[in-house]
Amino acid sequence: MNQFLDMVLIGVSAASIYSLMAISMVLVWRSTRVVNFAQAGMALLSAYIGYELVARIGNFWIALPLAMILGAAFSAFIEFALMRTLLKHSSQGAIAAIAPIIATLGLLGLIRAMIGFIWGHADVQLEAPLSKVGFKFGETTIVMSPMSLFVLLFVITMMIIVSIIFQKTNIGLALRASAYAPEIAQLAGIRVSGIRTLGWAIAGAAGAAAGILQTVNGNGSLSPESLEFSLLLVFGFIAAVIGGLESLPGAVLGALILGLVLAFVQIYISGSLVFAVAFLLLLTVLIVRPQGFLGSKAGRRA
Amino acid sequence: MLKKHPLLTFIFFGFVLFLISNRIDELRVYQGATVAIYAIGISSLILLTGYSGQVSLGHGALLAIGGYAAALARIHYNAPIWLTFAIAVLAAAAGGALLGLAAARLSGPYLAGTTLALAIGLPSIANQFSIFGGEQGLFFDIGLPPASLGEDFTQYKWFYWISWATALIALYWLRNVMNSRYGRSWRAVRSNDVAAELAGIHVGRNKVLAFTISAGLAGLAGALLAMTVSLVSPGVFPLALSFSLATGAVLSGVTTLGGVMIGSVTLVAIPEIALAIANRYGSETITTNLPGLLVSALLILTVLFVPNGPVEQVRARHAKKAHAVKK
Repeated sequence: MNQFLDMVLIGVSAASIYSLMAISMVLVWRSTRVVNFAQAGMALLSAYIGYELVARIGNFWIALPLAMILGAAFSAFIEFALMRTLLKHSSQGAIAAIAPIIATLGLLGLIRAMIGFIWGHADVQLEAPLSKVGFKFGETTIVMSPMSLFVLLFVITMMIIVSIIFQKTNIGLALRASAYAPEIAQLAGIRVSGIRTLGWAIAGAAGAAAGILQTVNGNGSLSPESLEFSLLLVFGFIAAVIGGLESLPGAVLGALILGLVLAFVQIYISGSLVFAVAFLLLLTVLIVRPQGFLGSKAGRRA
Repeated sequence: MLKKHPLLTFIFFGFVLFLISNRIDELRVYQGATVAIYAIGISSLILLTGYSGQVSLGHGALLAIGGYAAALARIHYNAPIWLTFAIAVLAAAAGGALLGLAAARLSGPYLAGTTLALAIGLPSIANQFSIFGGEQGLFFDIGLPPASLGEDFTQYKWFYWISWATALIALYWLRNVMNSRYGRSWRAVRSNDVAAELAGIHVGRNKVLAFTISAGLAGLAGALLAMTVSLVSPGVFPLALSFSLATGAVLSGVTTLGGVMIGSVTLVAIPEIALAIANRYGSETITTNLPGLLVSALLILTVLFVPNGPVEQVRARHAKKAHAVKK
């Protein structure tokens, strides 16, 4: 029973970070039809910025929102400077489908090189602001610690804010309209290109939060070639695809499924199989239900 | 000459490469072999992109399958060199066929993401089973060059010869395949799969076939790569290798085989150039970060300004000129 509880807690707390990553991929996909393979690189950069801010300000609780704002600005800048030109230039031919993939890949390399130039290749430490020792109930210690509880609550709050923006405000309506029918939205007087940049900005903020929380919730060390961030990208991508790549609730659901399945494998079978299982899960979903759990079939053809 | 007598051109090219190998030092010989290996790897990616307009970000995984298969065949059955290469091709092609069955259903960025996941996850699989030798990997030794080549014939020159002979044969064969019925079908599927289907082309079967051949070539490149470093381990096939191959393919132009040399030479030359610059300024940060910076910047610039690759760009310009003259 205790093991089962551990599994659920580990799964949910991992899922909370995957879902932030998945949400940022979904937002980017919905606004520009691009899967941003540099998302993990941007998250890593934000984590470094968070580290720098903590070192200068000395307060994690100010550094986190600041780093998210900077992450959003950086992401919006990328959309504005790179993606807009790219989608204008290479919109036809065989290259059209792969140009965004390649461009984001190049961006990933640029970001890594930039980090290497600024912070060097040695690991740096971003200390967790809260205790990582699990809560105690009588004699038993559960795997949920103040830190992971904060991560969970933070992610839930973020999700509530994002869904309020999407469902209740005019901006959200514009975001949804430009994703589903850009031309009609434009006819209705929405500035589609500005809205796209905004979509990237929100994605950047979510990605920045994912990067920082992943670091402080893990072992706290950062390096330009960090495998953790490659995994974050892959798990975020898998979660987004399981959920349908189109839908925000889908991204959360996908992350939850992925987190729980991986926690199950980790506890009951073997920790080193986690990756193989995630890959199989991705392939199974792509073959059996290619539109994902909450995606619409038509959306997949884009 | 290339158009009329392709075989002669390839033989001539091989002869030039042979002459070069006698005139350059050991390091350049080794780099020459690497160029040949990249050429095979990149051409396998171009083939894949040529049928689907998609790109694999995890071709390193297929190279790894080839490398490991060759090493295992060598260690456990003491297979001759040529047979280890054949086994590498078959093993990777089998893996590619499986992946292709899934990939044929994927469109948009899904293939890129799936292959990326594969490339990142492969090391953990290699570490899981003791037969793959874990982090240290396996030793892959193809033996000394034949004694008949003389006393001062070095190991690296032997690698160079093998790599280039294999690469030329593979490229020549691939060129013929691309110009055959299959190549035409792939191009048709790439431009418009519905029209291709109406013309009687079995789209799914063609995709799986292209993926299988591409994987086989990747496996061959993997075995050659393992040969030059005498080792197969997760470190020999890092994620960076997959990214390098994708970069090379884009720099070469993803739609034509003609530019494959541009990409492979660039991949080998960039670290050299970066090193030269770094030596001049004598800073370690530059040495470690400049190659990545140059490659990424080049990649983005290529996608922005020469999206179809330099060869296609020149061809398009010529076609335009010819068209203007006719008018």
